[in-house]
Amino acid sequence: MPKFESLDHLREYRRQLLARRDPQQLQVLVCAGPGCLPMGSEEVAAAFKEELQAKGLEGKVLLKESGCQGLCARAVRVILRPREICYQQVTPEDVPEIVEATLMNGQVVDRLIYEAPLTGSKIAHKSEIPFYRGQQPIVLRKLDVIDPESLDDYLAMGGYRGLRKILTEMTPEAVIDAVERSGLRGRGGGGFPTGRKWRVCHEAEGEVKFIICNGDEGDPGAFMDRAVMEGDPHAVIEGMLIGAYAIGARKGYIYVRHEYPLAVKRLQLAIGQARQFGLLGSNIMRSGFGFDLKIARGAGAFVCGEETALIHSIEGFIGEPSPRPPYPAQAGLWGLPTVINNVETWANVPEIINLGPEWFAAIGTENSKGTKVFSLVGAVNQTGLVEVPMGTTLRQIIFELGGGIRQDHEFKAVQTGGPSGGCIPKEFLDLPVDYDSLQSVGSIMGSGGMIVMDHTSCMVDVARYFLSFLFEESCGKCTPCREGLRQMLFLLDEIIHGRGEEAHLALMEELCAAMADASLCGLGQSAANPVLSTLKYFRQEYETHIRDKKCPALVCRPLLKYSIDPETCTGCLACVRECPVGAITGLKKQPQELDQELCIKCGLCFESCQFEAVKVE
Amino acid sequence: MVWKITDETFETITEEVILSIDGISLRAPQGQSLLMAARHHGFDIPTLCHHSDLPSEGNCRLCLVEIGEHPRTRLVNSCTYPVEAGLLVQTASEKVLQGRRMVLELLLARCPKAKIVQDLAAQMGIYESRFKTDDPEELCILCGLCVRACREVVGVSAISMAHRTPGKLVATPFLEAAEACIGCGSCAFICPTGVIPYTEKDGVRTIWGRDFPLQPCNVCGNFIAPTAQLEHWAKITGDPVEHYFVCKDCR
Amino acid sequence: MDQERLDTILSRYEGDAADLIPVLQDIQDQYSYLPKDELKVVAQKLNVPLTRIFSVATFYKMFSLIPKGRHQIRVCLGTTCHLRGGPRLMESFSHRLGVEPGYTTKDMQFSLETVGCLGSCAQAPVAMIDDKYFGRLATDKVPKILKLYKN
Repeated sequence: MPKFESLDHLREYRRQLLARRDPQQLQVLVCAGPGCLPMGSEEVAAAFKEELQAKGLEGKVLLKESGCQGLCARAVRVILRPREICYQQVTPEDVPEIVEATLMNGQVVDRLIYEAPLTGSKIAHKSEIPFYRGQQPIVLRKLDVIDPESLDDYLAMGGYRGLRKILTEMTPEAVIDAVERSGLRGRGGGGFPTGRKWRVCHEAEGEVKFIICNGDEGDPGAFMDRAVMEGDPHAVIEGMLIGAYAIGARKGYIYVRHEYPLAVKRLQLAIGQARQFGLLGSNIMRSGFGFDLKIARGAGAFVCGEETALIHSIEGFIGEPSPRPPYPAQAGLWGLPTVINNVETWANVPEIINLGPEWFAAIGTENSKGTKVFSLVGAVNQTGLVEVPMGTTLRQIIFELGGGIRQDHEFKAVQTGGPSGGCIPKEFLDLPVDYDSLQSVGSIMGSGGMIVMDHTSCMVDVARYFLSFLFEESCGKCTPCREGLRQMLFLLDEIIHGRGEEAHLALMEELCAAMADASLCGLGQSAANPVLSTLKYFRQEYETHIRDKKCPALVCRPLLKYSIDPETCTGCLACVRECPVGAITGLKKQPQELDQELCIKCGLCFESCQFEAVKVE
Repeated sequence: MVWKITDETFETITEEVILSIDGISLRAPQGQSLLMAARHHGFDIPTLCHHSDLPSEGNCRLCLVEIGEHPRTRLVNSCTYPVEAGLLVQTASEKVLQGRRMVLELLLARCPKAKIVQDLAAQMGIYESRFKTDDPEELCILCGLCVRACREVVGVSAISMAHRTPGKLVATPFLEAAEACIGCGSCAFICPTGVIPYTEKDGVRTIWGRDFPLQPCNVCGNFIAPTAQLEHWAKITGDPVEHYFVCKDCR
Repeated sequence: MDQERLDTILSRYEGDAADLIPVLQDIQDQYSYLPKDELKVVAQKLNVPLTRIFSVATFYKMFSLIPKGRHQIRVCLGTTCHLRGGPRLMESFSHRLGVEPGYTTKDMQFSLETVGCLGSCAQAPVAMIDDKYFGRLATDKVPKILKLYKN
């Protein structure tokens, strides 16, 4: 590959690249996204490599490891192009059959294709699978098509066309204007209008400005940014190039969690490629515009997702947020004007430039334009990443795309927005999802985590979970957040241990209000949401914990009681081996006994019993 | 635009803005903090982590004020928020008082024996906290004044904040005797709750795990300060160290 | 102290105070902890107070002031993992290894940690050993997985 010497050179290169490529080329794409990697996609890819070699198909069939293919519930996923046949739950043992039947003889392997959860009907083609049919991918569009490590693949999909466009025909003002007109809002949580942020920074005094990509995706339950950084890293880089041109920055940082080693690796690789081919560096394609990027690895602190804390972290300090003003767009990194947007926001930018702000603004609702990626997880049948237009209802997302609740259970709540969000009950299932509507029901969009819960989840436990997460992650700088979280967690613990009092609920509500008003940064201001929303919609569950000392969902351990049914116990001793405190005793092949005094209610016996002899109430 | 908020901005910045505090229209120099502007005009705003010689960080959140117009108002800490032309500020609205009461009640639960917290809480009618106290002997409110004084005024940075929320504390590196410490005691003097222990006995000051011999005055023989501190002064001023071995009274 | 080893790390940077976190990350990755003597050298070379290094080293979760084991086990306690057995998985690891989360086994083979979210939520509960992910990890698979890493 050459170094692009001019803007026309890039266009010519793409033309030749596309001319060389055969649209009918057989391709096997093994998903190596966040959902498939832990299920063994590397082994599946290796099996394909071996089998293709063995069958002499090397060079005839292209094998790629792609980014996230969406429907994580059925990992490991494989998509065969150009026919777009989706195979799921593929193991290395299935590979010879796929190669033989589909690649060599054009037949579909029925047992590996999608099966609808309710009807059981089988579907082979991606476009017909309901999970994909209801989506409108912009950010995720390329993830199951390209090899994330190939710049050619990105270019073939129209990559860096947006960069070429702004450098040939748009002024920085025109770029900002386009982003403003598109209605794009920050996808990281706050939902601040991206164009307005850029304009403030563009207009701020000073020669040196920075842009930052916030890839510190910390919300538990959200993994879209990881999927984009791993699956389409050049889209982030191109978005940042466009942003840098617009605001006049020559240097940028991508701040990535160290817990995402593959994202770090892929971004590093992509930055290297972009430099090599003259897409990053000084005087890019002889346009006079120069920009370069550096990766800053996070060191493990959720609060660094807050932009002022993130800036301090890049500067080499602890990640304590600062009071605003000044806002980063006025005085950010090293005190200089800085724009921070998150991964998904940046990845939207090239498409807005390519297809125009009007195209983007036509998608979504009045105040929330475009699409949003959600990570749909928890008690749904079809967990995975979905990208839908803003305004799609929760019901559509959970029941049409997600295929309903697993094991035909009843829907109980959906938690959106991570630790800053809330739990939404079933009366709001028809709520069209956008920034404002989620806020109106006491939750937030956040970065797009959507955790579905059924009757097996206890809402007091969920609230306590988020509070304890935040207590661990709060920087401890300001009093309301630091001490408020400590006390809130204590009160929830009292309730969970059966020591709760009715007065605790009112005290918690009072504390929630003060924390929201008086905390320094977003972490503390929104920390009360998980408590407030569950208190509002599931107050009865709190009351049951307090009055009856019972956890209806059988989750809160101190309120549970385990026992072994002597009728069904076979004396296999599986539970005895698991019990960490030695509370279960008895002879082999005889019914076992559980000592209530010793029992720590961990439930390991319950899980290990194959005969359902361990009972819980 | 000036972003550095200081308490003494009268000389450097002459431009003034007009804002409203508790319904009274008044002038303040641009760049000044709301806290200073309000106090200058006689409004009473309590603080715990603010000191006029140190940069404000907004840690204690006691100096909260409500800004903006109903219904779009919010609480900000006045020690870091700069005055703005036309800004509407309330220093004692219901929202402010609720926030302030809660902050004090939380601090009282953390440090039930801290006199200054008790007094401020009593002023707001709080004599007992409804929250749980982990350690009844705890006195540190984590205001960070000691850390800032050591870093910004003394210039040695011998102590810092360590860990985060569950175990956050003021500490020396590795919790060992602080190598950088000069024994000046600024941290202990500035501490609003008197939690930093130091002793002086037989010409030796002990603080942060180290013993600092006190320097007697070459003339009168009274102890001046730790020798290490005088040497530090000599180093930063470039004066001969003997210059500092004579106390103020004998110079 | 191995001066050469530390110099190799420091030579990758320009010696700015802003390089503090990347330098500490490299030390953590290579030494499996942040040794005190090395940190004192870093303070001098980057011209930052030791207090700042100590506050950074205790603020961020990836740093440790005591040596960690050969393998890092990170059990995800993200929301989905929490709801789908993450805490039990944690206990199972803890029980098998005989250490509490945050600690290292006596033979220095394993360090057990919890992590806020690994981003593989669809496969909850998830754990990561070094750079490898394990999804849908029922507690009964724990002994088998540990065996893979034992020597």
